[in-house]
Amino acid sequence: MAAALRIAVQAGPFDMAREAAAARAGRSDVGAVVTFTGVCRDEGRTLAALELEHYPGMAEAELTRIAEEAAARWSITAATIIHRFGRIAPGEDIVLVVTASPHRAAALEAASFLMDYLKTRAPFWKKEHPHSGEGGWVAAKGSDDEAAEKWK
Amino acid sequence: MKLVYFASVRERIGRPEEELDLPADVATVGDLIGWLKGRGLEYEAALSEPRAIRVALDHVHARPEAKLAGVREVAVFPPMTGG
Repeated sequence: MAAALRIAVQAGPFDMAREAAAARAGRSDVGAVVTFTGVCRDEGRTLAALELEHYPGMAEAELTRIAEEAAARWSITAATIIHRFGRIAPGEDIVLVVTASPHRAAALEAASFLMDYLKTRAPFWKKEHPHSGEGGWVAAKGSDDEAAEKWK
Repeated sequence: MKLVYFASVRERIGRPEEELDLPADVATVGDLIGWLKGRGLEYEAALSEPRAIRVALDHVHARPEAKLAGVREVAVFPPMTGG
């Protein structure tokens, strides 16, 4: 099944409903659409903003490779990944994953795989800017590596 | 060869990118990190923990044993924290 892949790395916001509609537009064989939105938390009201740095060129290339791998492993008809960069305030969206498939298991699993893989493989880095005191780079979590490992 | 740095590695080294002529005996990613570390205190600080360093060759993740021959751009950065 040739899946329609859409990858975007952008500073501005995205429209989840529009992306979900586009992922199934013009087809009647889609039985499941899954969306996942990653949102900036306020960390107990201490966080003023996140700053997302990325590696232009590689970010798009790596997200494309991850989406292609999902399309090879699951019977999905579409996969969309949109990742924002720059300054993002609590309550704002950071990342969107959309998958579409004839059946829900493939759409759910592929979406979960995309998130687990992009967290450990896509070249983005978060820096925290708190309301008071020194901020700093967010440390990578071992639990994210384990989540990505389980798909091997 | 063009080197680009990101996040904490970029901040510690103090520049986002630079063009460097590599010695002939620097053949792999591992060789390169070892050689960079000897270039000054800022490099040593940025690269002191090899397990916390990731490298990409021409936009593709690479392991320490990967060869540098023919590569145009090497990126050095910490583990990724997007998503």
